[in-house]
Amino acid sequence: MDMGLLGQFIVNGMMLGMMYALVAVGFTLFFGVLDVIKFSHGDVLMVGTFAGFSTYLGLGAIGIDNAFVQLIGVLVVAIGSMAILGAIIARYLVLPLKSAPPLNTLLVTLMLGTVLREAIRLFYPDGSNPKRFPSLLPTDSWTIGSFNLRADSVILLVGGLLVIVGVHVLINRTRLGMAIRAVAQDEETAKCMGINFKMIVLLTFGLGSAVAAFAGVMNGLYYNEINFGMGLLLGVIGFSAAIIGGLGNIYGAILGGFIFAALQTLGAVALPFASAYKDVFAFAVVIALIAWRPTGLIAEKTSERV
Amino acid sequence: MGILRKTTAPLLTLAITAALGTGVANAKDTVKVAFIGPLTGGVSAVGVGGRNSAELAVQLRNADPNAKYEYELVTQDSECKPNVGVQIATKIAADRSIIGLVGHYCSAVAMGAVDIYHRFNLPMSVWGAVLPEITYANDYKEIHRVNGTMINQNEVAAKFMTDQGYKTWVIIHDTTDYGKGHNKYFSEYLTANGGEILADFGVPADQQDFTAELTKAKQLNPDVIYFGGLTPLGVRIRAQMDKLGIESQFQGVSGIKSDSFIDGTGELAEGVVSFLEGAPLEKLPGGQYFSEKYKAAGFTESEEAYGPFAFSAMNLILDGIEEVGPNRKALTEYLGNIQDHDSVVGKISFDDHGQNTVAAITPYVIQDGKWVVWEDSEYADGTRKLSGL
Repeated sequence: MDMGLLGQFIVNGMMLGMMYALVAVGFTLFFGVLDVIKFSHGDVLMVGTFAGFSTYLGLGAIGIDNAFVQLIGVLVVAIGSMAILGAIIARYLVLPLKSAPPLNTLLVTLMLGTVLREAIRLFYPDGSNPKRFPSLLPTDSWTIGSFNLRADSVILLVGGLLVIVGVHVLINRTRLGMAIRAVAQDEETAKCMGINFKMIVLLTFGLGSAVAAFAGVMNGLYYNEINFGMGLLLGVIGFSAAIIGGLGNIYGAILGGFIFAALQTLGAVALPFASAYKDVFAFAVVIALIAWRPTGLIAEKTSERV
Repeated sequence: MGILRKTTAPLLTLAITAALGTGVANAKDTVKVAFIGPLTGGVSAVGVGGRNSAELAVQLRNADPNAKYEYELVTQDSECKPNVGVQIATKIAADRSIIGLVGHYCSAVAMGAVDIYHRFNLPMSVWGAVLPEITYANDYKEIHRVNGTMINQNEVAAKFMTDQGYKTWVIIHDTTDYGKGHNKYFSEYLTANGGEILADFGVPADQQDFTAELTKAKQLNPDVIYFGGLTPLGVRIRAQMDKLGIESQFQGVSGIKSDSFIDGTGELAEGVVSFLEGAPLEKLPGGQYFSEKYKAAGFTESEEAYGPFAFSAMNLILDGIEEVGPNRKALTEYLGNIQDHDSVVGKISFDDHGQNTVAAITPYVIQDGKWVVWEDSEYADGTRKLSGL
């Protein structure tokens, strides 16, 4: 295989990995602060993408056709509205169930995901059909031999990277981040130190959901097509990625996302049999990885959650 | 006076009875017929076009003063999902007041449903699904099909494309019965015509990302990328081909011949070829009649590729009920003997498996955002060129 194609595979894989990582970061944040698994995460991503898409249509309707302004509008509305939705879910569904068995939270959010998905399908105008998401980024491309690099892919990759770096800085360098880490480590002590526990949980859920909305818009811009079911598989993959990386650890989630994308690409490219089995292959390896390292590749330092 | 009174009374009664009697004769019995198609989901545009066309057939029949019955159309949405399709097929088949059915655009759904129709003796005609096995895998008297199968379609497609001068192919197909069938028959006829298949990829019908498959295809550098599947996947693959800078010609099957494919791909649609059974509307024997009536009925959606087939299938069922009465068994028998039956898609003749033997296939190409019959396009007269030639 020549270098150009190898490069192409790597860029494709990185693009996928970035999206998976962004979804996985949400799972891991929620688990970190509250020890819950929020299964509606993928569908929140989908709702965010549709919110962004509606903003695009709305901006078009009032005559704003500058792609840059539209892009900013789409991102602001998608990210903002999902941050609020995430906080609402935490406030009214997750927190009230805090003392219930974790299984209840898991079930409730699983059902919420179905409600969100079906609501878009039934109530969004013509919601059961795939929608053409606009290309709001420049589409210039550079070709070197068999390697083709598009400006929009590069911008999306850089954007995703910036979001990940941003989350990293927020968690490790700010007072808010310190509070989130404190709550994650020990809720009771954090409360004693004067941290507003409830506020931190709401902010964390808002943050995770905002990152998912970004991933959703990124997905729409990359594939130029969105549909009501797009969050389902992304949710499952993001969750698996968070698990292989080690739930509760942000770097683990990112690593997990890229590993999963690499497995899928490898499954489609290197396996002798049809690419129809690439998901089977990727999930089978995930199962093996979990069996090998039950706490994830980068396990949390506290042993409490093992 | 007395005499008069004696005669008026019976006369009056007679008049009233007569009036009532004609009243009863005018109120026709209502007979239910059904339509099944994908009304939501990725291929719903085609499904809605088919439903409108079937509805049009029922409306026109109800407006006909010579019709013996009043018809009521029951429509159900299969969502193009076999599990949903089987449920609604059972619902329709189990409702004994429904006499005939026009059903199925998605082959995978039709395959699951034919057993049910057979078990409940519900006569039906397929209006859009092209998998040969729907009519040929079983010996069910109830199952008929007015449109052609993918065997004819791929035979013509393989010959057409090799005649254009293409030599190498990469095949991508979805792993449903529909996609696998296309892969099988196209490969068969392509090899017979001297074409070479460099690779074939089976993909799940809901896959989002095709960059891995397409990058591999790019490495093989085929003349043509053949896609056997439906519109949503076709749209994604065409868009991602562009992202990866693949210059090969994109060749689809009847499953992407819809206006929603053009809506979904925008300017990338230009030069995409596809094949469809039957002739285009304006060239069909009853095409002008059909499109006039369709417009007059005020449907907002396009009739799409298979509308005329749905219309003909419904008309065939209605003709049968008019002839033999609202009885499932009698209707099945009637349909079994159909030979040279006039319809807007041409003469319908069923073989012993209920398959219409008319096998005209028309190649189409997208030119300036429209599906154009190949012969009438600027590609055929050399003004424009397909890619990779």
